[in-house]
Amino acid sequence: MNRPLIKCEHVDFGYENYDVVKDVSMEIEPGDYLCIVGENGSGKSTLMKGLLGLLKPTGGTITVSDELKRSGVGYLPQQTPAQKDFPATVREVVLSGCLKKRGNMPFYSAAEKRLAEKNMERLGITDLQNSCYRDLSGGQKQRALIARALCATDRLLILDEPITGLDPSTTQDFYRTVRHLNRDENVAVLMTSHDIQNAVHQAKKILHLKQNVLFYGPVDEYRDTPAGREFLGGADR
Amino acid sequence: MRVLAEMLSYPFLVRALVGGTLISLCASLLGVSLVLKRYSMIGDGLSHVSFGALSVAVAFGWAPLAVSIPVVAAAAVLLLRIRENGMIKSDAAIAMISAGSLAAGIIVTSLTTGMTTDVSSYMFGSILAMSRTDVSLSVVLSAVVLGMFVFCYNKIFAVTFDESFARATGVNVSAYNMLIAVLTAVTIVLGMRMMGAMLISSLIIFPALTSMRVFKSFLGVVLSSGVVSVVCFLIGLVLSYVYSVPAGASVVVTNLAAFGVFWAVQAARQR
Repeated sequence: MNRPLIKCEHVDFGYENYDVVKDVSMEIEPGDYLCIVGENGSGKSTLMKGLLGLLKPTGGTITVSDELKRSGVGYLPQQTPAQKDFPATVREVVLSGCLKKRGNMPFYSAAEKRLAEKNMERLGITDLQNSCYRDLSGGQKQRALIARALCATDRLLILDEPITGLDPSTTQDFYRTVRHLNRDENVAVLMTSHDIQNAVHQAKKILHLKQNVLFYGPVDEYRDTPAGREFLGGADR
Repeated sequence: MRVLAEMLSYPFLVRALVGGTLISLCASLLGVSLVLKRYSMIGDGLSHVSFGALSVAVAFGWAPLAVSIPVVAAAAVLLLRIRENGMIKSDAAIAMISAGSLAAGIIVTSLTTGMTTDVSSYMFGSILAMSRTDVSLSVVLSAVVLGMFVFCYNKIFAVTFDESFARATGVNVSAYNMLIAVLTAVTIVLGMRMMGAMLISSLIIFPALTSMRVFKSFLGVVLSSGVVSVVCFLIGLVLSYVYSVPAGASVVVTNLAAFGVFWAVQAARQR
């Protein structure tokens, strides 16, 4: 039953004859919490694109479970400047997470509307559903986008640099929300982050990337490796 | 009412009315997506390309639409490619392409026919420009645009709001962008001779900006843009008839007034 949701075996990603990411092997099981860390340009976003199926691997194999193939992943991309003043209600945004289920049918069904409502409730934004996205605070926007991602699937959330631009208290609030989804509702989480300090506190597994995989394994072991010590800068001990 | 009845007794005005209404509607719907994606300048760029293509077609005696629709559509595709590849900043690319094609149009015209009234009417628009073919083409265009907005509404929302999410959900984002750009190109070519190359992009930009003042949902903005655009066009056309001013300019001024009204509503609400 506990088959991995996504499994990578010796995967390379690159453009033409230049490899950006080399030889990544990892898997995400149901209920996992994996954080991909690394400096800018270490290939985090390339790996992310590959896991989302937007980029074909140049080597190795990626296996995606049938369940995820059907539903699509719950993806939370980095926010774009254009979204800051976008006129759309929270309800419209959340509902757009059901798009994959819709296929080529033009309108959303009652079941999908219920799913959107359920996920708004889960994240405590039901009373905001008719508010305009541009009037929300950074944290509320993030909640709306998580609710949207959960509409696609509540098996796996993929978060791309989710805390960029959030203030410290909103950041903590955000981590609490994600941890709650992960621990209490068994949603697997895959996150890329600069925020290594919080990443080691939150995640169960770490993948440290610098073109190659410097470390992949449980958080506790990571703290004691040379890569981990260097990246944590001793601040965490 | 009497003015309206009088206007409808001229066949060319009826054509302008029908064609113009449909084109305003298409321009405003496409405009919502373009404006929200911060890509409204593509309309301005394409109208200059359209001017260049039309002048060249007239100079050589080719059929104007048959030449300019493919040329402008190609320019739209090119501009999108430039944006996606990030080769040149897209605002700079648009400025380059629009000035370039304007220059080409002017050179070809002055070497052949000279600056005739035809060319000037392309610049500033002429109410006489709507031919029967233009009207039937705008019927087809608006059917396509409306069909797309009804049946692919949710995908248009997703692509406009968040391209990365849409792409990860399996929507063919590039195809939608391409479709919107090409439909914009056709809208501009059809509307340009009536509105004028200098003014046509306002039909794309104004209604969306106006509606965004007041409406909070995407659906609200889309519907309101369509209504605002059509109403402003009709008022503008009547004003142009009554005061004998060019239709393009009076439609733009009406749109500006509508923007003012909506802005005042927004300001009053925030009090």
